[in-house]
Amino acid sequence: MSLTELEFQGETTGSGPVQVIQGRSPWVLAWRRLRQDKVAVASLIVILLLALLAILAPVIAAWVGHPPNMPYTNQGLSSTGLPVAPSSTFFFGTDDLGRDLFIRVLYGAQVSLLVGFVSTLIGTVLGVAVGMMAGYFGGWIDTVLARSTDAVLAFPYVVLALALAVVFGPSLLEVIVVISFFSWAAIARVVRGQTLSIKEKEYIEAARSIGASPMRIMVLDILPNLIAPVLVLATLAIPTAIVFEATLSFLGVGVQPPTASWGNLLSQAQAFYQTSWWYLIFPTAFLLLTTLAFNLLGDGVRDALDPRTERLFAAQRKRGRARSKGAKPAATVEGAS
Amino acid sequence: MGFASFLIRRILLGIVVLWFVTVATFLLFFVAPQDPARLLAGKNTTAAQIANINRRLGLDQPLIVQYWHYLDRLLHGDLGTSYLTGTSVNTILKQDLPPTLSLLVGGVVLWLIVGISVGILSATRARTLLDRISTTGVLIGITFPTFVLGLLLLFAIYKPLNQAGFHWIQTGYEGPTQSVSGWVGHMILPWITIAAVSAATYTRLTRGSLLDVLGEDYIRTARSKGLSERRVVYRHGVRAALTPVVSQLGVDIGTLAGGAVVTETVFGLGGIGQASVTAITTGDAPVVLGVVLMAALFVVVANLIVDICYSILDPRVKLA
Repeated sequence: MSLTELEFQGETTGSGPVQVIQGRSPWVLAWRRLRQDKVAVASLIVILLLALLAILAPVIAAWVGHPPNMPYTNQGLSSTGLPVAPSSTFFFGTDDLGRDLFIRVLYGAQVSLLVGFVSTLIGTVLGVAVGMMAGYFGGWIDTVLARSTDAVLAFPYVVLALALAVVFGPSLLEVIVVISFFSWAAIARVVRGQTLSIKEKEYIEAARSIGASPMRIMVLDILPNLIAPVLVLATLAIPTAIVFEATLSFLGVGVQPPTASWGNLLSQAQAFYQTSWWYLIFPTAFLLLTTLAFNLLGDGVRDALDPRTERLFAAQRKRGRARSKGAKPAATVEGAS
Repeated sequence: MGFASFLIRRILLGIVVLWFVTVATFLLFFVAPQDPARLLAGKNTTAAQIANINRRLGLDQPLIVQYWHYLDRLLHGDLGTSYLTGTSVNTILKQDLPPTLSLLVGGVVLWLIVGISVGILSATRARTLLDRISTTGVLIGITFPTFVLGLLLLFAIYKPLNQAGFHWIQTGYEGPTQSVSGWVGHMILPWITIAAVSAATYTRLTRGSLLDVLGEDYIRTARSKGLSERRVVYRHGVRAALTPVVSQLGVDIGTLAGGAVVTETVFGLGGIGQASVTAITTGDAPVVLGVVLMAALFVVVANLIVDICYSILDPRVKLA
């Protein structure tokens, strides 16, 4: 429990006799904690801004006057046919066909965010369903599902993704299908473990004893307890999906040009890194900023939902304090020797 | 359960896995809309020519017969011939193995050394400047997709160095037989690229695991016995802390193969990864089958080694 929560409680009890004391659900508490986390809030703002830019990409393109696939062969290419550097006409410079890189990067954000959200959603639903069934039913169902989960996790997925991409023909839909196919396994594994422990609880036994069907128990009694860990996993799965899409498109089996995606922009930029830095740097910067923001947000969500867990990235202050008894003598001994 | 029976069981299981991989890949490529005969013959060919090629490649026979022939050749150590170039897949794999092997071995060594040692340093000096720097490094490492890191290394290191007339670091591949320094010069950026993401993950894993272990009672006992801090950390702490790290290794081997595909493409190393991309995009099924089988073999063997290491580190683990 953080300091502010205590302060807030003090306020409600201290002022005025006509006080309505509200109960706070765990979700409200989690939201409060998340709002206190400056890094998480900043990440959230970055993601929202990015989503806004992606949604408004057509509007911005119309406003600047540069459609995403329009080659500007005169202004957009130098006399030797190379991309031109950033200027007031082309904010991020142009690509090798003389197209406006700024507009193409914005359209790329559409692809990245779409793939990130949709495939994470599909993967999460699948993963929760598989994990919950494996954990709840046990026996041979568990054996089959858990083995296939391990198989998907251990397989060199880039190789299989390449093969699937070619079989189904490279397209946005194919990318989403392939990424969903690989994202469910990690979630299923965690959900299975959680379900295994939840199903031993007394209230599940009670539900079973009054004759509730397995379906009802899973959806009404187990699922609500899984939302917190799944939410964290899903937030962290989004940047993975975005990177996956970029990698597939970079290898030429993802989103196909002329549709812009950060991956295929970088694939084309690869040939020009010696001469045109902006072509490489701007899509890279957007890709890194996006994955960083989602990773940090996922971290914040984890902290907010379960304050006991250690942070993934930031220096582990809580843990450090808890361990200071054990850690301090170590430091002094080391310093002395 | 002795070591020998464990080994036999795992090898049998590995063979089943490999067999399954051949079936899956075989089916996948026969669902594919590509027509290898048309691919071979070019655009202007008659139906008779196509039928001819199909007969020559055995593609006119039922799927199960084709698979039987494939399996028969495979058991005799023949992986078939490429539809596209007519070279034997064995030759292709043999040619492309050195760059991939250099990349994987060097990459894993770099990844484990950096990941584990930085993790240990970071845990034993928790909350110091060094710890902060390494945690930030981990964050950066995890954020960078492999291909982006490769491109940025080319842009920020290879390009300026070569422009400045310093030509040690190169792209492409050169074997260590001619000159070891040349080999390292060609491989150093690919090694960093393939190792970075995993090194970051393992730093975090080692750090967390070691911090947990150092809080255990037996570590306090070891300290109170008057053992030197170095001995407490390295003999008692690290050994126990490495078990979760090693078990994670088994899962990450597969990811490594994917990293090889990307890294080889970025640096033009021309290894098996790059060959697989070409084969897959051209629908060259025998080469794809060969590459996938090789990757699967690699994963199976690596996992076996990981499990053996695991039981050495933690004697409570029984090999079964």
